[in-house]
Amino acid sequence: MMSFWEWIQDMGNSKTLALILFMSTFIGVVIYLFASPRRSRKFESYRYIPLDDEDSRREPTSRRDKTESDEQ
Amino acid sequence: MSQAATTAGAAPAASVASTEQYNYAIVKKFAIAAVLWGVFGMGAGVWIASQLAWPFLNFDIAQITFGRFRPVHTTAVIFGFGGNALFATSYYVVQRTCHTRLWNDSLATFTFYGWNLALILGVISYMAGITQGREYAEFNWQIDLIILVTWVVYFLVFTMTLLRRNQPHIYVANWFFMSFILATALLHIFNNIEVPVGLFHPDSYPMFSGVQDAMRQWWYGHNAVGFFLTAAFLGMMYYFVPKQAGRPIYSYKLSIIHFWALIFLYMWVGAHHLHWTALPDWVSTLAATFSILLLLPSWGGMINGIMTLSGAWDKLRTDPIMLFLITALAFYGMSTFEGPMMSLKSVNALSHYTDWTVGHVHSGALGWVAMITFGSLYHLIPRLWNVNLFSLKLVYVHFFLATVGIVLYITAMWVAGIGQGLMLRAFDQYGNLAYTFTESVVFLHQPYVVRAIGGGLFLTGMVIMAFNIFMTVRSGIKAEARARREAIEAEARTA
Repeated sequence: MMSFWEWIQDMGNSKTLALILFMSTFIGVVIYLFASPRRSRKFESYRYIPLDDEDSRREPTSRRDKTESDEQ
Repeated sequence: MSQAATTAGAAPAASVASTEQYNYAIVKKFAIAAVLWGVFGMGAGVWIASQLAWPFLNFDIAQITFGRFRPVHTTAVIFGFGGNALFATSYYVVQRTCHTRLWNDSLATFTFYGWNLALILGVISYMAGITQGREYAEFNWQIDLIILVTWVVYFLVFTMTLLRRNQPHIYVANWFFMSFILATALLHIFNNIEVPVGLFHPDSYPMFSGVQDAMRQWWYGHNAVGFFLTAAFLGMMYYFVPKQAGRPIYSYKLSIIHFWALIFLYMWVGAHHLHWTALPDWVSTLAATFSILLLLPSWGGMINGIMTLSGAWDKLRTDPIMLFLITALAFYGMSTFEGPMMSLKSVNALSHYTDWTVGHVHSGALGWVAMITFGSLYHLIPRLWNVNLFSLKLVYVHFFLATVGIVLYITAMWVAGIGQGLMLRAFDQYGNLAYTFTESVVFLHQPYVVRAIGGGLFLTGMVIMAFNIFMTVRSGIKAEARARREAIEAEARTA
């Protein structure tokens, strides 16, 4: 245990330590996002949050800056 | 194409409810301030660009010479135009995606006056020759304190609104806004740790000196680019691109990876501004390595934004607001490729201290930041005042003026920068410098003229936008007054 703390306290090992910490955190985020299909579906459902308001539901009839594509 | 319709008199009930449900008054204030600062800041930019091409434009007036007016330009466009637009959009987005009203109207209003007071004082002090001399952080220490208080209040208002949300999930745009608020607070505090000369004296001494101070400054400088000019505007992108397209973002999972990778990598790259200086070599290498890695999340985010239009590309033919938003993403992709390339030590040896850097900054600032802001404001302002945009034709005119202006600007700066770099590094057969400094200045004249023309076109577009917004807001105010009058008359008739 003591040798582990000595290794951590050595500034020369900081780059290796930072690499291990940050790389494993990033891989953790990726695994968290993609490992469970149910969680994956849940996350993808959040895509619709900006469209889930009264402004979107009113479209296109009362959208106020209509463009040609809206009018078609 | 719809034109100048002022239908607010017949505004749907839902929009009336939404003005009560949400605090739009503060969003309106910041949105209008953004447009005004945009005109002023870009005007100042064109003025100093013209001074470089035609130095007589100094008119021997100290207050408007390049040295004093340059921080006026950068402060007005970054913090005035960009900052006010970010306040406006973050307050709008957090309310709409959390389905709750902004926390504490008075404090939100305080952020408007605090922020803009600091900027006005900054502009006046720069013109008077008072500056800290730190790029993008030129405010003297008293103004720094005003900004600090304002920013803490901004953090409080945003965080409390998130805590009061009626939507279980915090939408990714708010993550980007929150990272921007937190990182900017950190950057502002640590880059401005100073010892004042006196309570009523504008000057102060920095806590650090030499290479440590330079590292602190560029840790600040590049993260201002990373969190103020990138992360925050990505928050804007993640809301307004799906809204304008009427389609959800391409991949939510990709947006999460984009967020975490981007905020982690940006913090390390500031030292690439100090290649070939007294900086330890390993710090330079670390910064260059992380800069190259940044390409991945940046392009991931760009692809996520652009692919939102997948299956609806026809909107680019018919919707000028969509043109602004997607072109902004294309410029984001381009400048986030150019940046890592310029951070390589060998490329940097040529590009640093030349106008290539200025061109790179403007491809990001005009192409990404300004274009995404224009698109977002064109989407936002008609909704705030509940009217049609005054003229979509003028939006097209603005778009093409802005695009041609940017292309002229950045190509002129590529020519100027690479030519300048090559001339300053050229040796003759005896090992002497092949060109004098004066010869490199003479070479720069033509690219500087083209740059001023490009900037002028961009500014013209901005003025047209201000006119379009003014007419839109005016029609909104008139229609609201008409609706109120009709409601009173109807009430009187029933009584």
